[in-house]
Parts: sequence; structure tokens; C-alpha cells
Amino acid sequence: MKAEFDVIVIGAGHAGLTAAICAAEEGASVCVLEVAPRNLRGGNSRHTRNLRAMHEEPMHSLDGQYGYEEYWQDLIRVTGGQTDEPLARLTIQRSEDSIDWLKQHGVAFQPPLSGTLHLGRTNAFFLGGGKALMNALFQAAEDLGIHVMYETEDVSLKFEAGQFRSASFTRAAVSQHKESCQVEGRAIVVAAGGFEANLEWLAEAWGDAVLNFLVRGTPYNRGDILKQLLDAGAEKVGDVRQCHAVAIDGRAPKFDGGICSRIDCVPLGIVVNQAGERFYDEGEDFWPKRYAIWGRLVAEQNNQVAYTIIDDKAQGLFMPPVFPAVQSDSIEGLAQTLGLPPSQLCQTVEGFNQAVASGEFNHQDLDGCRTEGLAINKSHWARTIDQPPYRAYLLRPGITFTYLGVRVDERAMVQFENHHDSNVFAAGEIMAGNVLGEGYLAGIGMTIGSVFGRIAGKEAATLAVG
Amino acid sequence: MQLVETSPQHEEGARIMTICNACRYCEGHCAVFPAMEKHLTFDASTIEYLANLCHQCGACFQHCQYAEPHEFAVNVPDTFAAVRTSSYVNHIWPGMARPLVRHGRTFSFVSALLATTAFSIGVYLEHGGQVFSRSHDSFYEVIPHGVMAGTFSLLGVAVLLVWTMSLVRFWRILGLPSAFFIDRQTYVRALKSMLTLENLGGGHGKGCYQHGERASQIKRWFHHLTMYGFLLCFAATSLGTVYHYVLQFPAPYDWLTGPKLLGTLGGVSLLFGSAGLYWSRRQTTPEIDTEDHGMGVSLIVLLFATSLSGLALPLLKDSSWLVVALCLHLGIVVAMFTCFAWGKFMHGMYRAVALIKSEHDELP
Ligand SMILES: Cc1cc2nc3c(=O)[nH]c(=O)nc-3n(C[C@H](O)[C@H](O)[C@H](O)COP(=O)(O)OP(=O)(O)OC[C@H]3O[C@@H](n4cnc5c(N)ncnc54)[C@H](O)[C@@H]3O)c2cc1C
Ligand code: SF4
Ligand code: SF4
Repeated sequence: MKAEFDVIVIGAGHAGLTAAICAAEEGASVCVLEVAPRNLRGGNSRHTRNLRAMHEEPMHSLDGQYGYEEYWQDLIRVTGGQTDEPLARLTIQRSEDSIDWLKQHGVAFQPPLSGTLHLGRTNAFFLGGGKALMNALFQAAEDLGIHVMYETEDVSLKFEAGQFRSASFTRAAVSQHKESCQVEGRAIVVAAGGFEANLEWLAEAWGDAVLNFLVRGTPYNRGDILKQLLDAGAEKVGDVRQCHAVAIDGRAPKFDGGICSRIDCVPLGIVVNQAGERFYDEGEDFWPKRYAIWGRLVAEQNNQVAYTIIDDKAQGLFMPPVFPAVQSDSIEGLAQTLGLPPSQLCQTVEGFNQAVASGEFNHQDLDGCRTEGLAINKSHWARTIDQPPYRAYLLRPGITFTYLGVRVDERAMVQFENHHDSNVFAAGEIMAGNVLGEGYLAGIGMTIGSVFGRIAGKEAATLAVG
Repeated sequence: MQLVETSPQHEEGARIMTICNACRYCEGHCAVFPAMEKHLTFDASTIEYLANLCHQCGACFQHCQYAEPHEFAVNVPDTFAAVRTSSYVNHIWPGMARPLVRHGRTFSFVSALLATTAFSIGVYLEHGGQVFSRSHDSFYEVIPHGVMAGTFSLLGVAVLLVWTMSLVRFWRILGLPSAFFIDRQTYVRALKSMLTLENLGGGHGKGCYQHGERASQIKRWFHHLTMYGFLLCFAATSLGTVYHYVLQFPAPYDWLTGPKLLGTLGGVSLLFGSAGLYWSRRQTTPEIDTEDHGMGVSLIVLLFATSLSGLALPLLKDSSWLVVALCLHLGIVVAMFTCFAWGKFMHGMYRAVALIKSEHDELP
């Protein structure tokens, strides 16, 4: 198969479809190449639930006000200043129309999900989650006559004189034979996501420990397109070592475990490693502010596993996990089931219980319950672990997001080392490292996709059809 | 006391509710998810409750990130439809009637056939064979008003008894307090939800996903036509009874009288509604088109046949087919009554109780 289009988009996630729709609305003919099959389409975007949008007054489902300056301060805080300032400011400014744009394209919103009230002011939640959002965008794309091709394997981009010319790939044809295909385009938008699913690539920087990580999203985000761009001379941003990994239930599937593998009870109990020892302050801050740190902490333990242990007092105070807890009426029994050294675990729990200072427990606030005199103290929500049944959940790092990407300018144009203007644009996680040098702000991944998807689509179309 | 035995359907229901409860992305689609969030574990009665609260809109299936081919294979509407079917069978009163529910199609067909035959034989015995080839001014010449009213009042009382017994049982399974202790507001809200089919709106009001990825109001509208058509027919019959006994004004009525107007309007609405619901069922996304022992189709076909034969009767007045058509119509109505008691009609009853519970639990 051979065909020609004005704009080629690689990756049918939120960023890619946003770009495709904007390009088509500018009058361009658009073809989207997606490696996943139709029933697994939507990339990591289909696992998302919200987007962070600035608003000077209450807007749709968003309460109160989340102004430009506050957003900017939040971004500076989480990235430690590692951000491309003009691009970051652009992201924040244009985040305001993200919601309207999505609504115009069939996406519905709803008040914050239960358990996420703290995000009600800053983040707009998609009714039905990311898959509902993606379905709406696929419908909008279909209505605009955009050509979406699924199961496009081994996409290879061809450049001539620093300009994109065509993409070749193979596709399973009817007779099970692979058909080779080629599409030519006057401009391209790369929106193939991050490379979370390529643990081998991450292992180059992290060592083999990373192979034990779970991948929270799609198995298809392997960074092949990113590599091709870097090989073609695109400037890179970010570092392979930067990735967003959170502590999740260790029994989750290797890929696509998504949101439901979260474990929220860490601040209510203690966490031990395979030696049966605590290794970090479980009550440092609210869990949503700490779960990303715990991804790293668990990654540093033997075999990249840890166990969170609570007693019956904690039951019902956290979001119900998807897998049942390991349960026992004694700490010793718990240790045996978990395969931890019983005497060490008993000693850890006893030591912890003795160190708990008195205070008024309040899990919704940074309360005064802390331990005293331990090598590693717990600063809040410290209560003795003494009310059976005891419950434990296995923790492993689950990777969400990667930061290494291609550098872009304010037109979303990919920057090549020799500084020429190119017909290559990027949107979404593949360029998120421009805005997020490190750290993470809930909901900003989708915001970056929305803002740069719209810019990239429009710029690519303008270049292609004038 | 365990009021419901846990079946494999309940277990599957509990498995997927545990996943949904950890995920919660579908919270805004319907009443099921907020109700689910009040639980940490899901016993059989809770699953019965949630399943009967589900309106089979399909939204949460189309939008599920854990639907097949994901290994979690979450499919809420399919799982819940199977649970509902088992509720219809298991909670029916008397327990003896279970096989009737389980063989919905055959049961409806046979009862229509038997009743039609019975009416025909009755007419034959009363008037002799020539009655079938004549036209008549009033149906009551053929079958006296008393006989019709008597038969259907009796059937009506039987249906009410079955409903009461089945509903009381279901009420207890859901753990609701006595009906008299429930707030009026709760009833009003539940009624509103029933009359608007709010839960077929997808949470955004744009409709349901029975036919695919795009929301559509089609099913809701056809259901409205059916439900309101049915209610109008019921009103027509009740008004007719008042005319007959209270106002001493027996049928046949002119086109411009209350019973006739209501009946015709209701009949037409029911005709289109049930035909539409049949079509809508045929278009259902295969993954959520759950086997229900033919109960759904039986009810739809009976409603359609009742309205069609009922509308045809006045038109056949001067024809020699009148008596045959009358016996057939009455036979179909009898079958519909049996379906009210021991068929899919119960879905409305159980759903009403589930909606009352969901409103009741929402109160502080
Ligand atoms: C569990 C989970 C929850 C999250 N929740 C949120 C949230 O609530 N809010 C938020 O802002 N962010 C969230 N994120 C992050 C968010 O998913 C990403 O920031 C966002 O989806 C990136 O969008 P994208 O379009 O760039 O990439 P994706 O949506 O991942 O799309 C990339 C697409 O490219 C395709 N592709 C990859 N390689 C190729 C190739 N070689 N050829 C062809 N196609 C290819 C993939 O199959 C995929 O469809 C979450 C992430 C995870 C894993
Ligand atoms: S149906 Fe799927 S997406 Fe919806 S709440 Fe359940 S698991 Fe989550
Ligand atoms: S199918 Fe519709 S009504 Fe049933 S649980 Fe899912 S969203 Fe709710």
C-alpha cells in the first residue's frame, strides 16, 4: 500500500488525536499510524482520569480559582526549576481552553472522583475516564474523515535533507501475510508517547533492577520513534534516569494495570523490606504527595519489593485495593505467609509500637501522631500496630511516565542539531521533558498533550497546506 | 441470615466490583458506582442490589480500561444482566413457578395459545359455530362484559399477589427497612428516576451505549414509548371500568371518548415502542447482549401483539374475523398477564426497589 497525505501523525493517544483533529480542521488530509490494535488503542491516555487546567474563576466542574501564578509556582516546586520557561508558561496559559476544546469534541466532564477531592480545584475529571475521552476523540476524528490505521508495526521514518518525507511500516493483511506500506506526508506530528514499556532501555541507565518494575500503562510505548528522531539528529531533553515510578500493588499485571493497582494505606501503617526492616518515614506527608518517592524507595530494596503492614484500625480509612490483603491474626503468622523473617518482623513492629508517642489521630490532616527515638521515625499518623487481624500488601515500583524526549520550540517544532526549520512536530509525552525536567504534577501530562497537540496539529497543517 | 445463596454469577459480580471499587472511573455514569463505593466487600445480596440498579446502558463497558482483551476482563453490564436474570428466576413467588420463568419464550407462547383456545371454546359453547362468521355491534355480545371483567380482575389479583410476595422478598434481601419508615423524598426521587430513566442517560444525559461506542437516546425513547404507552392503556382500561360501573355507560365507545382516546394513543405508542425495543435489542453490542432465557423478547413480543390486536379490533368490527381476532387478543392479554407475574415485567419492580434503596442510602 502507498498513499499520500498532508499530515502524518504517529501515535493515536490523546496528544496524537488532538493534533490530527486540529490539522484536519485546518483543511489538511491526515493519516494516523498506531501500532496497537483497535481494541487496545488510546495509549496511556486511556488510563488517565483528569487534566490540570488553569482558571481564574470557577469553570465547569472546577471549583474556585487556580490562577496562572499558582500553577506556575506549583510547576517550579515539583521540577525544582528544571523547565523550559517559555514553554512552561505557554502550557499554563493554554491549559485554560483545554476543557472547552475537549468538550467541543465530545468529551464530558464530571466532579472529582471520590477520594480525590483535593484535586477538585485544580484538575478536571473526564466522565468515564480516559477511555471515554479517547473514544470521543476517535469519533471526532472519524467524523472529520481522518484515516486511522491500527497495528502499524515497525514504523520507520525517512528523512531527506533534514525534512521528513515518508513513513514505512508493515501491517497484518487479511491473509495473515504482512503487507508493507508507505505513507508520504508534507509534515509529521510525532506523538508516540514515552518509553515506559521499554524496560531494557531504562535498564541501560538504571541497571537490571528496573526489569522488576511493573509498567502501569500500555505495552506499546517503547520509544522506537523517539530513538529514530534522536538518531536523525533531533536535540534531546531530559535524562533516561528520570522516570515517574510509584509504589503499587506488586501483584498487578506486568502491563496495563492502570489506576486500580494503587495502594493507599502506606501512611496508615509501616513498610518493611524483605529483611523485615523499615526503611523510610511512612508518614512524611499525604500519600498523593509521596507515592512517587515510594516508587524509588521500593526500587532500592532487595528484589524491588516491600510490604506495607496495617492493623484492623486502618480498615476502611483508605481506598479499597484491587487484590485482597494477606491477612493473619499475628505478626508472626503474617511474616510466615509473606516469607519474611518472623523474629525480625516482630522486633520491628514491637520497636515501632513502643516508639509511638501519644497524640490525636486524624488521617485527614497532618496530625500529631509520631514516633520518637527510632533511627527512622514516622512523622504523622503513627499508631501502634496491635489490633488483629493484621493485613499486608506487596509493593513494587510501577512506572508511569518517562522524561527523555525531543526538544521543541513554541510551534511544537522538533529542534534539530543544525537548527534548521523542519516539518517535524511533536506533542505529548515524547516532548513532555521540555516542561517537566523532573518531578510530576498530577494531571499535567494530559495538559501538555492537549496544548502541544493543538499547536502541533495547527502548525503542521499550516506548513502542509499553506 | 443469608437470604441469597451465592452463585457463580454473584462471585463474578463480586470480582468485578472489587476491580471497579479500586478504579472508580465510571462513578459519574450511573447510580451503580456511588452505591458500590459504600461497600468494601460484596456479598450476594449486595450484588443483587447493584445488578438490579444497573440499567444496562453499556457506558461502563465501552469506557472500561479493563475490558477484554485485558486480563481482568471486566464487563459490568454483561455480568449484571446475568445476575438479574437469576434474580428474576430465584426470587419469584411461588418457587414452583421458576421453570416458567426459565422457559420464558415457551411459557408465553403456550399461555397465549391455551387462553385463545379457551376463549374460542367458550364462545363456541355459548353461541355455536355460526358466531365466528358474523360481525357484531359490541364485543360484549360475544363475550359478556362480566366474563371479561371477571377473568381479568382475577388474573389482576393473582398478579398483584405474585408481585407483592416477590417484592417483599427482594425488599428484605436488599436490607431495606419497612416501607412505611422510608422517607417520602426517597420515593419521590426514585419515582422521578423511573419516569425519566435518568440512568440511561450515561451521566452526561446524551444517552446510552447499548449499540456501540456512540451515545444514543434511541433505547430510552423506545422504552418511554413502551412504558407510557402501557400506562395509557392501563388508564384507558381503568377509565372504561369507571364508565361502565360508576357512570353506567357501557362500551362500545366513540373515538372521542376518554377510554378510546387514551387506549388508541397508548396502543399506538406501545406498538412503536415495543417494535423499537425489539429492533434495539437486535442491534445490541454482542459483548453486552446477555442471554436471558428469552424473557425480554417474550415481553416485547407480547406487548406488541397486545397493542396490535387491540388496535385492530375496532377496525374489524364489520368483518367476519372479529370473533377470532377478539379471542386471539384476549388470549394474548392473558399471556401478557402471566408475563407480568412470571416474566420480564418484573424487571421494573426489582429496579424500582433497587432505586428506592439507592436513594434511601444517599440520605445522610
Ligand atoms: C495509570 C496511569 C494513569 C495516568 N493518569 C493520568 C492522569 O490522570 N492525568 C494526566 O495528566 N496524566 C496521567 N497519566 C500520564 C498520561 O497517561 C500521559 O501523560 C499521556 O497519556 C500522554 O499522552 P500521549 O498521547 O503523549 O501518549 P499515549 O497516550 O501513551 O499515546 C501514545 C500512542 O503512541 C503509540 N505508539 C507508540 N509507539 C509507536 C510506534 N512506534 N508506532 C506507532 N504508534 C506508536 C502507542 O501505542 C500509543 O497509542 C497517567 C499514566 C498512567 C500510566
Ligand atoms: S467498569 Fe472498568 S473503568 Fe469502569 S469503574 Fe469498573 S473497572 Fe473502572
Ligand atoms: S451498564 Fe450503565 S447502568 Fe449498568 S453499571 Fe454500567 S454504567 Fe451503570
